[in-house]
Amino acid sequence: MKRLAWPAGILVALLLVNLIFTDHFFQIEIKDGHLYGSLIDIFRFGAPLILVALGMTLVIATKGIDLSVGSVVAIAGAMACLQISTLPSQDSIGGVLGAIGIALGLAVALGVGNGFLVAIVGIQPIIATLILMVAGRGLAQLITDGQIITINSDPYKLIGGGYWLTLPFGIIIVAVVLALIAFVTRRLALGLLIESVGGNAEASRLSGIRSHGLLIVVYAFCALCAGIAGLMISSNVSSADGNNAGLWIELDAILAVVIGGTSLAGGRFSLGGTVLGALIIQTLTTTIYSLGVPPETTLLFKALVVTIVCLLQSPAFRAKVFRSRRKPAPPTVPAGEKVTVRT
Amino acid sequence: MFKKIMALVAVGVLATACGGGGETTADGGAPAASGGGDSTITMGFAQVGAESGWRTANTKSVQESAKAAGIDLKFSDAQQKQENQIKAIRSYIQQKVDVIAFSPVVESGWDTVLQEAKAANIPVILTDRAVDSADKTLYKTFLGSDFVEEGKKAGQWLVEQYASETGDVNIVELQGTTGSAPANDRKSGFAEVIGADPKFKVIASQSGDFTRAKGKEVMDAFLKAHPDIDVLYAHNDDMGLGAIEAIEGAGKVPGKDIKIITVDAVKDGMQALADGKINYIVECSPLLGPQLMDLAKKVLAGETVPDRVVTEETTFTQEQAKQALPTRQY
Repeated sequence: MKRLAWPAGILVALLLVNLIFTDHFFQIEIKDGHLYGSLIDIFRFGAPLILVALGMTLVIATKGIDLSVGSVVAIAGAMACLQISTLPSQDSIGGVLGAIGIALGLAVALGVGNGFLVAIVGIQPIIATLILMVAGRGLAQLITDGQIITINSDPYKLIGGGYWLTLPFGIIIVAVVLALIAFVTRRLALGLLIESVGGNAEASRLSGIRSHGLLIVVYAFCALCAGIAGLMISSNVSSADGNNAGLWIELDAILAVVIGGTSLAGGRFSLGGTVLGALIIQTLTTTIYSLGVPPETTLLFKALVVTIVCLLQSPAFRAKVFRSRRKPAPPTVPAGEKVTVRT
Repeated sequence: MFKKIMALVAVGVLATACGGGGETTADGGAPAASGGGDSTITMGFAQVGAESGWRTANTKSVQESAKAAGIDLKFSDAQQKQENQIKAIRSYIQQKVDVIAFSPVVESGWDTVLQEAKAANIPVILTDRAVDSADKTLYKTFLGSDFVEEGKKAGQWLVEQYASETGDVNIVELQGTTGSAPANDRKSGFAEVIGADPKFKVIASQSGDFTRAKGKEVMDAFLKAHPDIDVLYAHNDDMGLGAIEAIEGAGKVPGKDIKIITVDAVKDGMQALADGKINYIVECSPLLGPQLMDLAKKVLAGETVPDRVVTEETTFTQEQAKQALPTRQY
């Protein structure tokens, strides 16, 4: 749990900035029967990123990386909207469910493809998924015919833009997926196996773990998360944009995972940290809009905050800074944390 | 003159060759028809791609007006890649077309290929987007929208609408992709017009990347940070459409509680305008085909043309949108 202290502290600091500089930031009210406020927005717009980052966490835990999630986001959204646009009645629940099924099925198939390239063919993950990252954008454009497909479907609208029990529906989906991942990785042995494969794939295989199959499952699951995120993003604006949907989300997701304390070298992961990391990124974005940072300096501002966050996250950096500030205190905390063994 | 004769001969050979087999030429037999009279103009057009409805309408306009003007059009789609476009232009030079027209994917890096066209004595017309080249003799003219003017039109409507208003008018702005020409120019044109009256206050201005998703996200943040927004100015329809969803989610009525001005006039935007959710749209027309064909003929006839030709564009109010919507092409 101590590992989560830093990301949590950073999130609190960001929120404090808003408390001081932005009026009404913490105000949450009920409007039209659902919760309404800046904090709710952070969850609502952060939900797709959290999902993608959760899938990415598992991939990174196997010492891999998945650059193709942004393209999968675009493909899933495009496929679902295309199917719905051909329905005789766009409000038919069966038709919408069918469209969602086709879109998610396609996403999983693409993920299996990634896993196959990584596990069976043995291509390095960054290259294997780069293929789909580039080709997938083209595929999404092919599906949408290069146009923005606009739909008008209330059931589909629910996924990313709707509310259930006053809560944004996207948050509920994220909570369910998170609970599911947490259960199978922390209560069952799967998490240990994933970490083992990430630590040393060959040793894991020799000790009887079917690492190839496991890798394929992990990549397929990551693509499924990206697919659901794609449905949310396209549903939120009731349209599919093959060119821009999910653009650069892979980078935000990797950043969220890293901020959350998961090592890019594989072998260990933190789901809670990833959720916090994704929330930090979304809070930062919302903060920029609320504070009115000029668009020309937005990227620089973001980069500065991320740099500070990463420095604070680095045990080596903290050890140095704290040693120089409080000379008498021995650096036991960072050093101790470094060797903490997860159970 | 020699070139024209050669072109005539080539066309004649082509017509006879094709006529024997009973086939039609790619452009519907136009060369054969005009073979006896004046020579047919061949135009090579290198399009950016098909990235949006706007671009598709642009392509269609060029193709249809070429047919109407009896110009033989060779069309290529660069799929948003400069190297494809350069390849296409080189092949047009080899094919010895009469005139080359293209919408540059990016602003820079065109000097070499444009020099080649100039050396081959083929005039070049830029459409929609400009190139960033010091040598203005590399192309004959640039036909496209004036983004500053679009911003000004948006500002003028606002000034007229709020002429009798005495209190402050709080405006939020959704900018296009930071650094892009349409975003910069639409912002400055708008600011220039409303800057004359201090009651117009732009209280927030952020980039929405020209997309619906970002438009919605940014507008949601604006609505929370500024409870007193009177007007939204979005640099394109898509961001405005996203913002409409955010405004509705905040329990306000788009078009009434918050007045909305956008630029582009694509079909979805026009529909929202006709539905009363948008108040005013400044057109950024992709239908520049007829003007392009006209310019091409003038250039080939040796007439002087202005360096900069602005696309014929209009503006739409809600009433005008209702009338225009049934015949809207894009």
